[in-house]
Amino acid sequence: MSEQRDLVLDIKNLTKHFPMGGMRDTRKVHAVEDVTFALPRTEIVTLVGESGSGKSTTARLISRLIEPTSGEVIYNGKDVLKTQPGGASLEYRGDIQMVFQDPFGSLNPAHTIGYHIERPLLIHKKVSGRKALKDRVHELLDTVGLGPADETAAKFPYELSGGQRQRVGFARALSVEPKVILADEPVSMLDVSIRVGVLNLMKRLAEDSGLSFLYITHDIASARYISDHTNVMYAGRMVEGAPSDTLVHEPAHPYTRLLLSAVPNPHAGLRTQETQARGEIPSLIDPPPGCPFAARCPHVMDVCRQIMPGAVTIAPHHWVRCHLYGDGGESPLPNAANSVG
Amino acid sequence: MVISMSTDVKRGITAVPDNFIPLIEIDNLQVEYLAGRGSVRAVDGVSFSIGKGEVVGLAGESGSGKSTIAQAIMRILQPPAIITGGQVLIGGRDVLQMTDRELRKFRWDEVSMVFQSAMNSLNPVATIGDQIIDAVMAHRKINEHQAREQAKEMLQIVGIESDRIDSYPHQLSGGMRQRAVIAIALALQPPLMIMDEPTTALDVVVQREILAKITELREKFGFSILFITHDMSLLVEISNRIAIMYGGEIVEMAPSRELFENPLHPYTQGLMASFPALTGPRKQLEGIPGSPPDLISPPSGCRFHPRCPHRFGPCDSVHPPLIEVRPNHFVACHLHTTSEGSAQ
Repeated sequence: MSEQRDLVLDIKNLTKHFPMGGMRDTRKVHAVEDVTFALPRTEIVTLVGESGSGKSTTARLISRLIEPTSGEVIYNGKDVLKTQPGGASLEYRGDIQMVFQDPFGSLNPAHTIGYHIERPLLIHKKVSGRKALKDRVHELLDTVGLGPADETAAKFPYELSGGQRQRVGFARALSVEPKVILADEPVSMLDVSIRVGVLNLMKRLAEDSGLSFLYITHDIASARYISDHTNVMYAGRMVEGAPSDTLVHEPAHPYTRLLLSAVPNPHAGLRTQETQARGEIPSLIDPPPGCPFAARCPHVMDVCRQIMPGAVTIAPHHWVRCHLYGDGGESPLPNAANSVG
Repeated sequence: MVISMSTDVKRGITAVPDNFIPLIEIDNLQVEYLAGRGSVRAVDGVSFSIGKGEVVGLAGESGSGKSTIAQAIMRILQPPAIITGGQVLIGGRDVLQMTDRELRKFRWDEVSMVFQSAMNSLNPVATIGDQIIDAVMAHRKINEHQAREQAKEMLQIVGIESDRIDSYPHQLSGGMRQRAVIAIALALQPPLMIMDEPTTALDVVVQREILAKITELREKFGFSILFITHDMSLLVEISNRIAIMYGGEIVEMAPSRELFENPLHPYTQGLMASFPALTGPRKQLEGIPGSPPDLISPPSGCRFHPRCPHRFGPCDSVHPPLIEVRPNHFVACHLHTTSEGSAQ
């Protein structure tokens, strides 16, 4: 991953340990552990994983809603954790915007849609004058497909459907002219029929507006649909990263294979094979050394319980952290598992 | 189509069983919610039946009335929801006419229910064993020791070690809690289980395990399932037949594979084109424009017409009836009312 690409975000060894809370309790929850990945400009990169895998925490660390324990967040070539040690600057907060999962909880029911979009415009001093403010609000509402804008701006959140509210979330994020949007499960609470509309909006924004997206989801099929590159997280760690299509068709890490085999897929007909691994994500409280997936892995070896494997590149842009993939990059796994679906 | 139907029969699960014996029949069910601005017809004239040993899937967006149907069958709707018409027939009796005494026997003995969120449907201050024992002792004349043995057996059946019987819900993971809820629902071995989004709150890997377990148990005990979810891909895998709900009505019903391969209603087609495929070419998807209908003042004619890409003449004025256009394939759409073989 050392080649020259135009990276808007370069995350290196990002780690977050939460204290357990008790006075004498020195244990720590290892929510995010040694996460490294890059977000190239104008691309959509996905973090996929189950609940508790640390994907949302990663987004919050990048947006600096919470401060990391260690690691680097390199934005446009500068480590913002070093250059802004006291907290993110207003400029950084404007450049990196978040869209949240719950469109019902992220809007204030007492204020109009227009108000929600005006606030960031005023705080970040993006417009001056009443007329310019109104025009900009309308422009933003049109951009996210919420026309006629003057009607929508006067509405209250309860008058909008879930999909429309999520579009307000995007309009609000866009208002401050960000460079990166961190979208944390933006469609998982929406009805199936309107999910695609929101996904398409993200695609369009990445293509037309030069925005870069970090898309966080547990739905690997939607990751493949909108993103260029997908990274898989498990128990706070990044275990595999690959171009989204490659990841689905040639998964390398046993966890990725498990995840893929569990996705309902009517195209594949009725599934006959049993899911290989069982069990659930292990406790993140002071986890033992070694690979976090060792306890569930069907291919577990002694070394897995002692040492966390390093990243091995097995194909262009495709890397994996698994002891099965040694220095030679040869896969001792049967190839049959590649044909998921 | 005939060809794909026959392959389904060979596969055994996705077709209507040859020996179809109705277990429960829902006939013209109507449920209204009394709201400030008027009443909402949450379920408007829904009819379908579930055969013995059959899995019927009920799919639709939030607000389409699918959970309301489940609650109406169990008679657990709370005001302001009221059942305003129809019948729910099981073994020749109408559930909607049952007295409280009859209902107490009907629930759990004949129909049990698994709710969406396992985390909230277990009593947090009682052990899972006690919760199973409670259900068993309320319905069977057995002593506590026997009930406890039975509870252990049920837990083992759903894949929980029987020594976890004295665990409280918070000591179990989400997947195990959902298994425990299924164990409670299974405890009296009712012929019908209603599962309302039983895996929605779970991760995909755990969801897969629970579904495998449900399928295994159904094959072992032969009960029927009414499976409610918004996840079409899941339904196609697990159910024999699927009913698609929109705005309180069934707009299409067919054997699963037939529905998946050959959806006729534009809404069903839109739903099918709404979830990205995991394999195959990466196609641009469109979803369905617009929003679900406001049921206080539902659209005239076909309720889907404001969002429908194929609407024409009668759609905004005439309500299309649900008719059988192919064997076992019902659809309520004017595009298909004029075609051959539609007369009933």
